[in-house]
Amino acid sequence: MRAKKTEDDRIGVRKTYKLYIGGAFPRSESGRSYPVTNHDGDFAANAALASRKDARDAVVAARAAFGGWSRATAYNRGQVLYRVAEVMEGRRDQFVTEVRDAEGGKFDVAAAAVDAAIDRVVWYAGWADKVAQVVGAANPVAGPFFDFSVPEPTGVVAIAAPATSSLLGLVSVLLPVIATGNTTVVLASELRPLAAITLTEVLATSDLPGGVVNMLTGRVAEVAPWLASHADVNGLDLTGIPLALWRDLEIAAADNLKRVRRPDDVEPDWSRDPGTDRLTTFLETKTVWHPLGV
Amino acid sequence: MTLTTSAIPTDVASSDSALRRFLHGLPGVDQVGAEARAAALSTRSIKTEAKRWAIDMTISMIDLTTLEGQDTHGKVRALCAKGIRPEPGDTSCPSVAAICVYPDLVSTAKEYLGDSGVKVASVATSFPSGRAALTVKLADVRDAVANGADEIDMVIDRGAFLEGHYLDVYDEIVQVKAACKDAHLKVILETGELATYDNVKRAAWLAMIAGGDFIKTSTGKVSPAATLPVTLVMLQAVRDFRDTTGRQVGVKPAGGIRTTKDAMRYLVLVSETVGDDWLNPDWFRLGASSLLNDLLLQRQKMATGHYSGPDYVTID
Amino acid sequence: MTSKLFPYSPAPESRAIVNIASSYGLFIGGEFVEPDDGETFKTINPASEEVLAEVSEAGPRDIDRAVAAARKAFDGVWGSMSGKERAKYLFRIARIIHERSRELAVLESLDNGKPIKESRDVDLPLVAAHFFYYAGWADKLEHAGFGANPKPIGVAAQVIPWNFPLMMLAWKIAPALACGNTVVLKPAETTPLTALVFAEICQQAGLPAGVVNIVTGAGDTGKMLVGHDGIDKVAFTGSTEVGRAIAKTLAGTRKRLSLELGGKAANIVFDDAPIDEAVEGIVGGIFFNQGHVCCAGSRLLVQESVADEVLDRLRRRMSTLRLGDPLDKNTDVGAINSYEQLARIRELSDIGEAEGAERWSPACELPDRGFWFPPTIFTGVTQAHRIAREEIFGPVLSVLTFRTPDEAIEKANNTPYGLSAGVWTDKGSRILWMADRLRAGVVWANTFNKFDPSSPFGGYKESGYGREGGRHGLEAYLAKGK
Repeated sequence: MRAKKTEDDRIGVRKTYKLYIGGAFPRSESGRSYPVTNHDGDFAANAALASRKDARDAVVAARAAFGGWSRATAYNRGQVLYRVAEVMEGRRDQFVTEVRDAEGGKFDVAAAAVDAAIDRVVWYAGWADKVAQVVGAANPVAGPFFDFSVPEPTGVVAIAAPATSSLLGLVSVLLPVIATGNTTVVLASELRPLAAITLTEVLATSDLPGGVVNMLTGRVAEVAPWLASHADVNGLDLTGIPLALWRDLEIAAADNLKRVRRPDDVEPDWSRDPGTDRLTTFLETKTVWHPLGV
Repeated sequence: MTLTTSAIPTDVASSDSALRRFLHGLPGVDQVGAEARAAALSTRSIKTEAKRWAIDMTISMIDLTTLEGQDTHGKVRALCAKGIRPEPGDTSCPSVAAICVYPDLVSTAKEYLGDSGVKVASVATSFPSGRAALTVKLADVRDAVANGADEIDMVIDRGAFLEGHYLDVYDEIVQVKAACKDAHLKVILETGELATYDNVKRAAWLAMIAGGDFIKTSTGKVSPAATLPVTLVMLQAVRDFRDTTGRQVGVKPAGGIRTTKDAMRYLVLVSETVGDDWLNPDWFRLGASSLLNDLLLQRQKMATGHYSGPDYVTID
Repeated sequence: MTSKLFPYSPAPESRAIVNIASSYGLFIGGEFVEPDDGETFKTINPASEEVLAEVSEAGPRDIDRAVAAARKAFDGVWGSMSGKERAKYLFRIARIIHERSRELAVLESLDNGKPIKESRDVDLPLVAAHFFYYAGWADKLEHAGFGANPKPIGVAAQVIPWNFPLMMLAWKIAPALACGNTVVLKPAETTPLTALVFAEICQQAGLPAGVVNIVTGAGDTGKMLVGHDGIDKVAFTGSTEVGRAIAKTLAGTRKRLSLELGGKAANIVFDDAPIDEAVEGIVGGIFFNQGHVCCAGSRLLVQESVADEVLDRLRRRMSTLRLGDPLDKNTDVGAINSYEQLARIRELSDIGEAEGAERWSPACELPDRGFWFPPTIFTGVTQAHRIAREEIFGPVLSVLTFRTPDEAIEKANNTPYGLSAGVWTDKGSRILWMADRLRAGVVWANTFNKFDPSSPFGGYKESGYGREGGRHGLEAYLAKGK
C-alpha cells in the first residue's frame, strides 16, 4: 500500500526560465544556460545564456514590432500598459517571493519594492497620452505658417537593466521607453534575472504585442557589444552595465549615431520620483511647417 | 486637381460642369508661396541703364485713365494732351499707350488723339459693377465701338462667377468679343472681388478660352486693386495658356500702382515670369493715372542728377 | 539666361560699410590676443580669391587659455548672475546686431560667397532674432519644463561650419548664454570674419570677459577644443563623419554632446501640387545658399505621372537664376565656399554621370576668378545611385520618381540621414499623413527652407541628435538634474 503523501512532501514543478523574443519563449539558440543563485548563495534556477544570435533575433523582432506599436494610438498603449499593471497585481505574491529571494532582506521591503513597481507601471500607463502635450509645441514663428513640434519614438532601444534592483529598477528603465512607442531589447540583470522573466510572462498575457519587449538573460559583457554596434538599433540605455564596459560600448554606438543614455556612477535609488527624463530620452522631435493661406 | 495642363477639350464650354471640371482641374495656387515669390522678385534692384530703359518702357505701357462721374470733355482733352506729350519740350519722352475713358467720352478722345499713335480704350459693360442685363451691356459696348474705341475694357459678371455659372460668364465674353468687331478686348476679372488666387487663375483661363485679347486685374474702383502676387498669377496663366494653345494673351494690372518703384516691380515680374515676348505695350499695359508723373520725376532725376519736384511735371 | 531687353544693370552693394582689419588675433578673456604659437592663416573671398585678412590659428596653449577664461567667467561672474541680468546682455547683443546688420551682411557675403540678398534678408534677420528669442528665456528657465531649478552645464565648446557662419554662431551662443553657460567657439576655417566682429559686438555690449571666447583655426584646433578636459559640453554642426568621431572621443566621459550633421532630404512633389509654388520650393530647396545647406532638398521625388511637366517648368525657372558677384543685389547664386568644396561637388557630379544619370544646367557664364558651379540637375536617378545617397553639399539636384504615397515614404526614408523633408500637395489629409510618416526632424509642407528661433531644428538617425531652437533648444545647455 502506498504511504499517504502530505502537502509538505509534494515535489514542486520548477519553472524553466527562457528568453522572451517576439512574444514567444524560446531557449537560447546556442543551447546554453547558466545557474542563477539566490541572495544566500543557493541554486535558484538555470537561466538561458543568450548569444549574439539571440540578440540579433531580438532586434529583428523589435524592429518588426516597431511599426505597429509606434503607430498605435497613445490611448491604446496606455490601456495595454495598465493591463500589465493589472496582471502584475495578480502575481504580486510571486513577485515578492522572487524579489526577496534574489535581493535578500525582509519580506516587507521586497513587498514595498513590488508595490512600487506595480504603481510605477500605472504611472507610466498614464503618461502615454500626455507626453506629447508636455514636450510638444505649437511654435509661434514670425510668418504665415502653422508650425508644430511633436515627439516621436526613436525606434529600437537596447536597454541594460539595473544590476541590483531586479523588478523596480527594471520597470523604471523599461516602461518609460515603451510608453512612448519605442520597442526594446532588454539585457536583464545578469545575477538577478528571474523577476525579469516573470515580468515577461506578465507582458505576454497583457495584450502587449510580441516584439515590443524582448528579454535576454545571460552575460552582459558578452551580449552588450553586439547590441551597441548593431546598425538597426537606434538607442542604447547603459544604465545597468558595469562601468568598465561603458566607454567601449559608447564608442561602438557612435558608428550609427545611436542616442546613448550613459550609466550613473552608482545605481540610483529607484524609490525616488523618476521625473520625466527617462520618458524623453528616446524621443525625437519632429517639427512641421505649413503655410496659412486661402 | 492634376498638374498637367493638357490641351483644352473641344467641348469645354458645353456646360457649367464641363467648364468647372476643366477650371477646377487646373493646379491650385498656394497663397503664401505666390506672395513670397512676388516679394522676392520685388527685391530686384534696377539701376542706371536698366532703370532708364524701364522708365521709358513703362511710360509707353500706360493706359492713362480717367473714370470719374465728373469727367468732362475738357478734362478728357487735357488728359489726351498729357498722354501724347508727357514731357513738354522733351521729344525723347515716349507717349503713353492709350487713354482710357467712359464710352460717352470716346469720340472726344478719338478726335483729339488723331494720328498720334495713342489708342483710345473704353470701359464698357456697365463698368464697374457689370450688374445690368446683357442687352444693356452689349449696347454699351457697341456704342463705344461706334464712337471709335480701339480697345474695350469689359468687366466679367462676378456674381455669376461666384455662383459657379461659368457658362454665363463665358457666353458674355464671347458676345462682347463679337460686338467689339476690330477693337481689342481686355477682360477685367476684378480680382479684389474674386478673393482667392485659385479663383483668379480660373477666371483668367475662362476669359482666355472665351477669346479675350488681354486679361486685366481690376476696375480700380474696388480695393484691393492690382497687386504683385495677383499679377504674377495672371502672368503664369497667360504663359501656360500660350504653351497649351499657341495663342498669346496680354496682361494689364490696373489701380493702386502709384510709384516708379511699383512699376519697376511689375516689369521685373513680366521679365522673369513670361520673358521678352510680353515686355512691350502690345502685350503688357499698366492702368494708372498718378503713376505717370512719378515716372517723369524719376526720369528727370536720371537726366539731371538731382531730385525734382511737382512744379516740374504737368497736371492733366 | 538673362533677358535681352531688360538685362538689369549691375547693382552692387557697397563694400565701404565694412572695415576689415589686415589681421585678427584670438578673442580670449574679453580681449583680442596674439596666439601663443604665432601661427596664422589667410581667409579669402571665394568669389574673387582675393585675400581678405590674416587670422590666427589657435594652438594647444591658446585652447587652454580660452577654456580657462571660460571657466573663470563661469565660476565667477556669469555662473552666479541671475537670469534677469543675463537676459539684458543678450538683448543688448541682439540690438547691436540689428544696428550693424548691413555691415555684417556685406562681410558675410565677402567671406562666405553667398549672395548679399540672402545674407541681408535671411541670415542677418535670423541672427538677431535668435539672440532676441533666447534673451527672453534667460529669466524664465524654471518654467521651461526642465525642473524647478535648472542649472547650466558649465563651459561649452562649440564648433560651427562655414555655410551660415554668423547664423550658426547665433544658434550656438544664444541658448548657451541664456542658460548660464560660458563658451569657447571655433568658427570654420574659411569663414572666421563675422565671428571676429561678433567678438567686437560682445565688447560693445559690455559682456563680461571670458563669457564668449572665439578661437579661430582649422580641423586641428577643433579637435583640440572638443577633446579638451576642461570643457563640460560639446555642440557641433558639420559633417556626419566628424560628428561620429566626436561622439567616440566623448564616449565614457560625462561631457554632454549635441550634433547637427548632414542630410539628403527628399523634396516630394505630388501630381496635385500647386505647381508654380512647388517649382519655387524645389529651386529654393537646393539652390538657396548654393546648396550648402544640411537640410537642402537634394533629392527631388516627383510623382511619375507629372515628372516631365515638373521638369520642364523647373528647367525654365532655373534659366532665370542669376549667378555672379555675391555683392550684386540681383545675384541669386553666389560662389562655392572653397576650392575643396568645389572639387567635391565636381567629383560627385562626375560620378553621377558615370553612373548613368543625365546632367543638365542652364547656360551660365562663370566668372574666371573664384570658385563657381552652375545650378545642376540630374535626372534618371534612383536610390541605387551614389548621388542619391551621398551629401554633395552644392547646387546639384538628383531627380527620382515615385508612383504612390507609400512608395514616396519608403524612398524618402531609405537613407541613414533624417534631417528634413518637403511635401507638395494640395490635399490636407495627405500633407499630414506624409508628415506623420516621414522620419525627419523637420518636415516642410508646401514650403521649404524656413527657419525661426522658436521652431526646433535637428535630425533623426545619422543627421544627429538634439534640437536647436524653441523650448527644446534649452535642453542641450541645462544640467540633467535628479
